[in-house]
Amino acid sequence: MNRTYELMFIVRPDMTEEDQDKLVSTLETAVVSSGGKVKTFEKMGKRRLAYTVRRFHDGLFMLLTFEGSGGLVHELERRLRVSEPVIKFLSMRIDEEQKRLDKIKAIRDSKRKASAAPATPAEPAAEAPAVTA
Amino acid sequence: MADETRPTSSSSEGHGGGERRPPRPGGGREGGGPGGRKYFRRKKVCKFCTEKIEAINYKDVRLLAQFVAESGKIVPRRLTGVCTPHQRRLSSAIKQARNIALLPFAGRAA
Repeated sequence: MNRTYELMFIVRPDMTEEDQDKLVSTLETAVVSSGGKVKTFEKMGKRRLAYTVRRFHDGLFMLLTFEGSGGLVHELERRLRVSEPVIKFLSMRIDEEQKRLDKIKAIRDSKRKASAAPATPAEPAAEAPAVTA
Repeated sequence: MADETRPTSSSSEGHGGGERRPPRPGGGREGGGPGGRKYFRRKKVCKFCTEKIEAINYKDVRLLAQFVAESGKIVPRRLTGVCTPHQRRLSSAIKQARNIALLPFAGRAA
């Protein structure tokens, strides 16, 4: 039973590119070795933290999306906890939320198609208040 | 249009209005119903319902920051007009964002 998770973590701002890549590759191999799949990885860049964490005011934000089991999340969190440059992390399950959004989108699209065909002049009128509101 | 200004402006006025309303029926009735009111408050509507924003994500700091007061507190529903289902999602997203240091915690001045 594979689920989609999102793992955001913050590393200290003075970490070198090489060390970052090394950390990320260890995480990715951990995902693959436990039967998961890395979906996306994104460096969100340097951002200011809302409060100081371990005396840091800024941090490099990273976002890893992957598929896997709950045990894998535990393993990744354990790794992040022991790795010294990581100052904060947050893992979240996102597949259910994504499913909900897809469902809403599908309903909306089907409604739009149904309403667009018979009443084309009604659409600008319906959109106009949405813009001003 | 007015959505942007509402959370900030109503945080001072709306609160006062909410506090003042209960004693009003006793003394303010003679003023003539709605005419007696000092200012006209229009009905607030949920931003997420009107703009059809379904995804309330902790990463969207710009969106969440509109519903967080200067002190870092979550602005209550009665001031912002957000509907219950959306406020629930909003508050959990704000809490997640706080956890990952995207938003400040309430209380301590940052």
